Amino acid sequence: MTTPPLNSNAAQAQAGRYLTFSLGLETYGLPVLNVREIIRLCPITPVPRMPDFIKGVINLRGTVIPVLDLRAKFQMAEAVFSERACIIVVQLRSPSGGSTLIGAIVDTVEEVVQFNESQLEPAPDFGGSPETQFILGLATVSGSVKTLLDPEKVFLAEGLLTLSPAQVPEPQTTHS
Amino acid sequence: MAAKLLAHIGEELAFVVPEQDAGLLPINSFVMDLEELAEGNVSNAWAGGLKAARGWLDEVLDGKGKFTAENIRHFNEWHAYMSSALEAGPSGEGMPAWPATWDNNTAAAGTSTASPPEASAAPAADESAIRLNLAEDLELLREFHSESVELLQSVEQGVLVLEANPDDATTINSIFRAFHTFKGGAGFLHLNALRDLAHELETVLDLVRRSELHIDSGIINLILAGGDALEQFTRAIGAQLQGIDPGSPIVVPTSDIIRRAKAAARGEAEPPAVAPQERLGTDAPASQMPPPEQALTAPVLQTAAASAAPPPPVPPVREPVGGDPGGGFVKIDTAKLDSLVDLVGELVVAQSMVVENSEVQAIQSSQFVRQLRQLRRITSDLQSTAMSMRMVPVRGAFQKMTRLVRDLATSGGKQIQFLLEGEETELDRNMVEKLGDPLVHMIRNSVDHGIESQDERMARGKPAQGTIRLSAAHQRGGIVIRLSDDGKGLDPARIRAKAIERGLIRGDVEMDASEIVSLIFLPGFSTADAVTDLSGRGVGMDVVRSNIEGLSGKIEVQSVLGEGTTFTLLLPLTLAIIDGMLVGVGDDRYIIPTLSIRESFRPQPGMVSTIQGRGEVVSVRGRQTPLLRLGRYLGRPARATNLEDAIIVVVESGDAARGLVVDELLGKQEVVIKSLGQTFRHQNLLAGSAVLGDGSVGLILDVDTLVKTPTHSNAIAAVTAAAPHL
Repeated sequence: MTTPPLNSNAAQAQAGRYLTFSLGLETYGLPVLNVREIIRLCPITPVPRMPDFIKGVINLRGTVIPVLDLRAKFQMAEAVFSERACIIVVQLRSPSGGSTLIGAIVDTVEEVVQFNESQLEPAPDFGGSPETQFILGLATVSGSVKTLLDPEKVFLAEGLLTLSPAQVPEPQTTHS
Repeated sequence: MAAKLLAHIGEELAFVVPEQDAGLLPINSFVMDLEELAEGNVSNAWAGGLKAARGWLDEVLDGKGKFTAENIRHFNEWHAYMSSALEAGPSGEGMPAWPATWDNNTAAAGTSTASPPEASAAPAADESAIRLNLAEDLELLREFHSESVELLQSVEQGVLVLEANPDDATTINSIFRAFHTFKGGAGFLHLNALRDLAHELETVLDLVRRSELHIDSGIINLILAGGDALEQFTRAIGAQLQGIDPGSPIVVPTSDIIRRAKAAARGEAEPPAVAPQERLGTDAPASQMPPPEQALTAPVLQTAAASAAPPPPVPPVREPVGGDPGGGFVKIDTAKLDSLVDLVGELVVAQSMVVENSEVQAIQSSQFVRQLRQLRRITSDLQSTAMSMRMVPVRGAFQKMTRLVRDLATSGGKQIQFLLEGEETELDRNMVEKLGDPLVHMIRNSVDHGIESQDERMARGKPAQGTIRLSAAHQRGGIVIRLSDDGKGLDPARIRAKAIERGLIRGDVEMDASEIVSLIFLPGFSTADAVTDLSGRGVGMDVVRSNIEGLSGKIEVQSVLGEGTTFTLLLPLTLAIIDGMLVGVGDDRYIIPTLSIRESFRPQPGMVSTIQGRGEVVSVRGRQTPLLRLGRYLGRPARATNLEDAIIVVVESGDAARGLVVDELLGKQEVVIKSLGQTFRHQNLLAGSAVLGDGSVGLILDVDTLVKTPTHSNAIAAVTAAAPHL
């Protein structure tokens, strides 16, 4: 399987291996190729004046990486994270060639599952809400539905991780 | 030592095959080592042997770069001859006879060397175009390129020494060797234009070295011009090696320099028209080029004549064995170095986490405690060693300035003595690179506007020669760089008038002289009355200041009218580490760069006043500084609601200052700066982050943003509303 192409709104879920995890009662999946590692929940340094789904930053063996709260991102009810909560470290290849690591807090990590074409279907249209822009498609396994996420859309969506518009600096000199 | 080198040559000779170049460079290099070793006291037989070998090697290097059957026979004979000469010792007892064929062949070699370059140069009408064979010679070209860069540096530095001391035999030799090595490499890679140029320069230096020619400004300019042309070649080769337009012909005009070199070699005076700072342009008009035959034959014959002549008395000098004394150097990819520094930083954190672990601390064993202490000591030594690997002396950057001052002074018709101090002071290599531009600008200012013309200086009773002094020293955990001149100094009255005229200050403000001279750092300020060639192009000291502040540094100026000006730069040693003040706001910790902090204190009742019910100002030494409540501004709860329970940290950036209200000061700490990465690239609130002693992440505040942000509570309220409630 390959990473879904960039800038494509019609990115389709492709057969392949996905890491599944739970948020509340729902199960989601991320392409295994984008998962770098899974770590235990650790103290997160909050970053001020960021959208509330950005929990802050952590020290991943010397590299400082941002951590997202997927519940907040999907506007789900806030939860107290239990012992089983994890941070999935996602690796994204940026168009410029580098790669970015971003952490995502999830309730529990379930398993790695192989999905065939026959198990996959495109995201249904809810007519606005819930939004389907982050969704690659749905996978049905023995009756339960897993939502497959588009890592590029979830973690790299432009404009979401910025400050409120830059303020015009006041011209300041102590001499005037 | 000589025996060992000779043995190496013997080994290499075993692999030499006619019409191939295998072994050529190693043999050349061993012979050069032997030549170096032989400076001084050797028998005539030995010196003569070396001379002969040099002749053949040059013949091969200048020619096709391949051995002929005859060369190889000569070299094998030579090896035997030299081996017995070595055994015979300086007394010369039992010396083998000088092989009769050698003299003839050396002479013959001389005449025959004239033909291959001719043949190779003739087909190409543009004598100076070279083409790289990137497919076959890639590795060799890489080596040649990096070697050339070093050689050119040694040439440039050597010239600076020669200017002060034209008879410095060691330096003359090192420049000679640099050109010689250049020629060898270029010949080997069939870069004929390059080789020919290096050859001419070598010829001139060789004459100088044998005291047949005296160093004067003409020769120095010639060497500089030659070095520039070689540098252009080298740069073009470097560009192609990086994949920029590979395979395209490289054209650098060399005919003029070659003509001058020949003239100099004949002992003719340098035509005065050529200014030293004349950078060679793109293409030389073809009409200026002498016919290639003429260009190449004369000096080659001269070399031949020289090599046929009996060996001249060897000057009693020793050459430096390259590089600094006290050990060799290894080139390392900077990315590897950075990752080493990162890893060591992690090790330090991991180490302190182990040591501070409560279970570990419960262990009651004096042996274990001792071992832990040793672990800590080794980790900290390791860290400082890793850090020091990024450090390089400022010498390189400073010496470039020597050249600049020289060129500027010549073009401005001024006499300037340029003094360097503390060149060995070490600084992070990234910093050294970034210091270049601001230094160039400041030096241009000093030469153009600081130092007066000779007449003016005499009229004021100053020595005709102006002095510019550039010094570096470690101080307060940072580095201080001072640039001072004994020129006319800054005129506060004129600066004030100009600032008022440009609308930078109001006419009625009271300012003391030092405040006034600091106005030159304001954007849009320039004291240049006339736009000169080199400075006053609209880029003023404001650019210098923002460059320096970009390096987390500070710049100050002191000036006495009529006596001179001193610029002082205060910089951190590295960009990778900063000295930070850890402050607490509520449960959060933030790092403020210590260099930006003017002072911090607990406010006393009455120090803070409110303006229009919103803006708070604190009175610091009679000046009102606006306050910024950090917790409120960041949208994070602060503990202290009462200002008297809080701490005010006064930070400054440029001309602006702010008092940041924080809950507590948690201590000073050196931190390794980590990028926050792509995710946070659009924000300007944080300058980066750092891993703190307990392994958690601390955020480094961007002081520039903090001092420029609006402080009144409406803006803050709006921001707070938008901020997350985590």
